[in-house]
Amino acid sequence: MDAFLHQIFSGLANGCIYGSIALALVMIYQATHHLNFAQGEMATFSTFIAWALIQKGLPYWVAFSVTFGISFAAGLVIQRVILRPVEKAPVLTNVNVFIGLLLIFNACSGWFFDHTVKAFPSPFAQEGLLKTQFFSAHEFGSFLVMLTVLLALYAFFRFTPIGLAMRAAAQNPESARLVGIRVSWMLAVGWGLAAAIGAVAGMMVAPVVFLDPNMMSGILLYGFAAALLGGVDNPWGAVIGGLIVGVLENLLGAYVIGTELKLTVALVLIVGTLTLMPAGLFGKHVVTRV
Amino acid sequence: MSAAPDPSSADRKSRLLWIGLVVVLVAAMVLPFLVKNYRVFQFNLVLVYAIAILGLNILTGFNGQISLGHGAFYAIGAYAAAVLMDRFGMPYWATLPFSGLLCFVLGFLMGFPALRLAGHYLAVATLALALAIPQLLKYKHLENYTGGVQGIVLVKPDPPFTFRFLDQPLNADRWLYFFTLAVTVVMFLLAWNLLRGRVGRALIAIRDHPIAAAVMGINLPAFKSLTFGVSAAFTGVAGALGAVVIAFVSPDSFLLPLSIFLLVGVVVGGLASIPGAFFGAIFIQFVPNIADEMSKSAPQAIYGVLLIILMYLLPTGVMGMVRKLWARWQPGAARLRVNARPGTSVPVSPDLTKESTT
Repeated sequence: MDAFLHQIFSGLANGCIYGSIALALVMIYQATHHLNFAQGEMATFSTFIAWALIQKGLPYWVAFSVTFGISFAAGLVIQRVILRPVEKAPVLTNVNVFIGLLLIFNACSGWFFDHTVKAFPSPFAQEGLLKTQFFSAHEFGSFLVMLTVLLALYAFFRFTPIGLAMRAAAQNPESARLVGIRVSWMLAVGWGLAAAIGAVAGMMVAPVVFLDPNMMSGILLYGFAAALLGGVDNPWGAVIGGLIVGVLENLLGAYVIGTELKLTVALVLIVGTLTLMPAGLFGKHVVTRV
Repeated sequence: MSAAPDPSSADRKSRLLWIGLVVVLVAAMVLPFLVKNYRVFQFNLVLVYAIAILGLNILTGFNGQISLGHGAFYAIGAYAAAVLMDRFGMPYWATLPFSGLLCFVLGFLMGFPALRLAGHYLAVATLALALAIPQLLKYKHLENYTGGVQGIVLVKPDPPFTFRFLDQPLNADRWLYFFTLAVTVVMFLLAWNLLRGRVGRALIAIRDHPIAAAVMGINLPAFKSLTFGVSAAFTGVAGALGAVVIAFVSPDSFLLPLSIFLLVGVVVGGLASIPGAFFGAIFIQFVPNIADEMSKSAPQAIYGVLLIILMYLLPTGVMGMVRKLWARWQPGAARLRVNARPGTSVPVSPDLTKESTT
């Protein structure tokens, strides 16, 4: 029973990470109706920056904050420079641009920081206060960090004027523009936030899976699965979807199919969700007038 | 300048085209005797990639269904050929139809969920496929057939006869080159025959305006899933040829980058262009070789930058540029003709946005 509970709790810890990647995807999707295929590689690159800063001797949380800031700025700049010209372009153009970004970030991670697998430190002491019966210290710590991020994000969208403007821009761009919101800049802020959330997720997952340029490809797929399962236009759905996917992955891995077919589980989840339940658990059913 | 096409100029153009084709074919046949063995092998791979890219282009360029997972079908085709040769002692040439058929069926099945998925969703689903296939190939219960992580080592087939030409013998690599060339010609003729007429127009209609296409009486589900099957079959045949040419398959040669490189090949060569596949194949075969000297990561970075730049500046790829230059060079009437011919006219960017909301 203890082993079973432990699987569930560590699934929840992973699920938080999937959930936050899913949240980053949903944030960009809500604003632009595009799925960002480069999200994972951007997070990996951010994690490499954090690693380099820690190697330089910066304390963990300083490196963490600096990386957060850099990622936010980088996401903003990428949206302004690369994505704005194709904002209204067809889907195929956008997918190609995202794939281009994916390749560039993946290549840069390998180019600047080489391809060897690196250990990434965890800020939470092995035997510290956070270690409980069912959680390892890092699992519980990353759970808390992700929870903080989610609450901060909720507060940002709920209680700040910029958050309100961003929601308006995503919901109804034309009307938002009429009341004086700079819609395109709101998209850029959304990109920045998504990049920063991705960076946090990357830094939380790196101590577990180790750091290399392809660290995120599997996690991104789980992020997609989580986002689609929760409903791709619902931020809360993304988080809940992430938790479900995390627990499901751990239980299936431990008791049913082993760890070798993890990505196949994601494939089945994605295709299954999209085919049987296109709106996900909490998504909006889209009805179009022809 | 009259709008009606001038018959003599049309004749002249088609004659020019035929002469050009014959010259290219003769050049392709002499080429392997002019270069060293390793180059022959590389040219061989160019042909293989050209078939795979053509397959993806039928789906993405002509039919507007985005696939980030065609590397999976390439892998399945390669493995089918390798297993048939290695475990069942089948001759290499006989494996191609089986690989094609298997991929057709699997592609057709993948085409069913694809019917309900448009744009980004299909891209995600196929991305998942591309990531999952290498893992499945390593799966321990399939190891008896697939050889697990080690993969399968094959024997390069000997040429059935041999001769010397330009002081070079017809060895295994050169023989395989001719074999691949023959298959390539057949596949391209098949694709051309499929796409130039009613079917090709239907595919383009579905891409550009699915609702209007349905109103015109095109059976969308049948066309879309069959297109997926045909596209997968082309890529599967390419995979089988690739396995024979390289004489080795392993799960790690079919990771996600393969799928992405095929997409890069399509975009570079030109969306919805049949001959563009060759430019794309030459590009993905030779650019990494040149760029590798800078850094291991350089090819990827170059691909990425190029993909984005092409999307801005030249969404129709090399063939789009060739066509533009051709049209400028021709007198006005011919320019109209070039643009008016169905199947050859490429909209600057296939419009997929409408589909994604339905």
